[in-house]
Amino acid sequence: METILAILAGALVTAGLWLMLSGNLLRFLFGLMLLSNAVNLAIFAAGRLTEGRPPLLEPGGARPVGELANALPQALLLTAIVIGFGLFAFALALTIRAYRSFGHLEVDRMRLAEPEEPRGEA
Amino acid sequence: MRSPILATGARLLLPLFLGFALYILLRGHNAPGGGFIAGLIAALGFAIVIFADGPEAARRMLRIDPRSLGGIGLVCALIAGGGAALSGGAPFQGIWLDLPVLPLSTVLLFDIGVFLAVIGGVLALIFALEDSGKAGG
Amino acid sequence: MSWILALPILTPFIGAGACLFLRNRKGVGWISVLTALASLGLAVRLLATVIDHGVIAGQVSGWPAPFGITLVADYLSAAMVLITAIIGLATALWAMAEIGPTSARLGWFTLFQTLLGGVTGAFLTGDLFNLYVWFEVLLISSFGLLAIGGSRSATDGAVKYVTLNLIATALFLCAAGLTYGATGTLNMADLHGKVAAHPDQGLMTVIAILFMLAFGMKAAVFPLFFWLPASYHTPHYAVSALFAGLLTKVGVYALIRVFTLIFTGDQGWTHEILLWCACLTMVTGVLGAAAQSDFRKILSFHIVSQIGYMVLGLALMTPLALVGAVFYLLHHIIVKANLFLVAGVSRRLTGGSDLAQIGGLYRAAPFLAVLFLIPAFSLAGFPPLSGFWAKYLLVRAALEEGAWLVAGIALMVGLLTIYSMTKIWAGAFWKPHPGGYEPVLAQLSPRARVLMLTPMAVLAAMTVLIGVMPEPFVTFATTAAQQLLEPDAYIRIVLGARP
Repeated sequence: METILAILAGALVTAGLWLMLSGNLLRFLFGLMLLSNAVNLAIFAAGRLTEGRPPLLEPGGARPVGELANALPQALLLTAIVIGFGLFAFALALTIRAYRSFGHLEVDRMRLAEPEEPRGEA
Repeated sequence: MRSPILATGARLLLPLFLGFALYILLRGHNAPGGGFIAGLIAALGFAIVIFADGPEAARRMLRIDPRSLGGIGLVCALIAGGGAALSGGAPFQGIWLDLPVLPLSTVLLFDIGVFLAVIGGVLALIFALEDSGKAGG
Repeated sequence: MSWILALPILTPFIGAGACLFLRNRKGVGWISVLTALASLGLAVRLLATVIDHGVIAGQVSGWPAPFGITLVADYLSAAMVLITAIIGLATALWAMAEIGPTSARLGWFTLFQTLLGGVTGAFLTGDLFNLYVWFEVLLISSFGLLAIGGSRSATDGAVKYVTLNLIATALFLCAAGLTYGATGTLNMADLHGKVAAHPDQGLMTVIAILFMLAFGMKAAVFPLFFWLPASYHTPHYAVSALFAGLLTKVGVYALIRVFTLIFTGDQGWTHEILLWCACLTMVTGVLGAAAQSDFRKILSFHIVSQIGYMVLGLALMTPLALVGAVFYLLHHIIVKANLFLVAGVSRRLTGGSDLAQIGGLYRAAPFLAVLFLIPAFSLAGFPPLSGFWAKYLLVRAALEEGAWLVAGIALMVGLLTIYSMTKIWAGAFWKPHPGGYEPVLAQLSPRARVLMLTPMAVLAAMTVLIGVMPEPFVTFATTAAQQLLEPDAYIRIVLGARP
């Protein structure tokens, strides 16, 4: 199972990187999303996988017996997903704004803050 | 484009979403669920209204500025975290009022705070996007 | 103990909530000032407690370490919290004169306070994952602050800042996840022993490099600094000052913490990389600044160059070098924030920031010229200002290690810094305004004059104070460096912390 997750994470990183290297901001964001999901998967796998044993109390509050899944990586993952959601929402809003003010999403042509030719002092 | 089917459906779906969100919020106390996911579900209900009837209708239904809602959530969560000072506990330590039927706690208040903050935050974002959409043509 | 540690973090968030409700009111700026004042008081109390008791630690929710989230303050953390509160108060006052009702309605003051809360949290946490969470809190607030500027170039700057910081975030998260997978803990004090005892040291070095990349990107270390000069000159000036003072320093702080407490096993490898990155950061930053002709852009590149000095102190890893790094960190925050505030006033008076198109400030406001010269000379390392002692400590540490080349680079970069500062002086202050237009101080309303110049004067006075009597500050930095190099007390107190 770990192997499958590792391969999947690797594939996601590859796809994400490919998207991020294209010059379009929206594609970049999608690539970033794949990348962050790959990281999430990696954390999940790094926390050891235990199949079918959720770390939950039995009905009535009884303590479960036997081996349980580790709850901490899942909690970390949940936090990371929530934060990733917030960041992505903001980045998307910013992309829309950039599109409205520039009329395009080509990163190479976004040179407003850094004009190509610095006005020389000479 | 307005679709009467979607508009009617949205008005029916909203109470359903809100009810389900409330259920998830309270269930999160002892089982999978909780404030964040419940907040997302509730915000989704309003988002459908926004798509069906436009942001104005959703704003009227919400009655309160989503940013204020988020602020109330933040304050609830902070009160829940700071409340532990009264009992001499560590920050964010839970205090339990062991009523016979209803075990109330600051943990629940914190979750409600998260719930409100998420609704407020997500809706504020969607409204902002809708508004900028109008402004941009 | 936990409340002394938690209150400086909680207070900005309470203030943020209040600012959110009152965002349409006129007094919202004062709420933010009051919050900053309260934070300052709490930070002073925290520092006093740390000086009295040594390292203090507390557990959030009362879960014992290493399972719960630890809050911990040693000399370095407490001093950073105090300096954050000082810069927070200074910019809160200054921002009252700059931030208009439109930005306030969009939640500028709320984001300002959450940013301060996030920075404070990052300095006080003793848990790697919690550090990640605080990084995100301050990152999301900084995104908002950057975008609220509203101009088209602010959007452009924000795009670059956001995308590159998101990559750093993913790297940080990945590193934290792998650390947990390898050692089973995320408590930094607990990690100290567990990482050293791990059978696979090669894996630990890989994780260390991941952390170095993630924090290096936040700290704007060569070759990961490109986002900084692309974005820092676009937002409101108060935002620039706050970012310049605090944000990259959080990255430097994280580097110092992680590479003194956790990953010290393979110093010949990790710290060697840091050393050369530090030298290249100093050089590229100062050369970049030399090529610029915009007030804020020059200052932005100088942030990069100065970051190099701090990382240099960490990379040398001798007691004296760490004293220098800590001293540099504290002095630089004050100086850099102040320079950006000067740039803001200069923009108000002359109507621009391109050095070719402004001028005449010296005749208009000699007082402002003094307020510029103090931090500018301090940045370049003139005696007897604070920057001189910071550079002196670092260069001496490099010479003691026999790193002649490094010491030479550090001195040369200091000289080039003077070149840039002279360029600003000549462009903005000395030469007459090219438009034939006379900037006068009366362009600022009396209220704006008080609000803007008071914090700048106080910060400049602090620069002079540190420079004239550096002894108590060096003694403080020495104790801080000692705690960093011998983390036994830190670890004992964190792992034995009672809620």
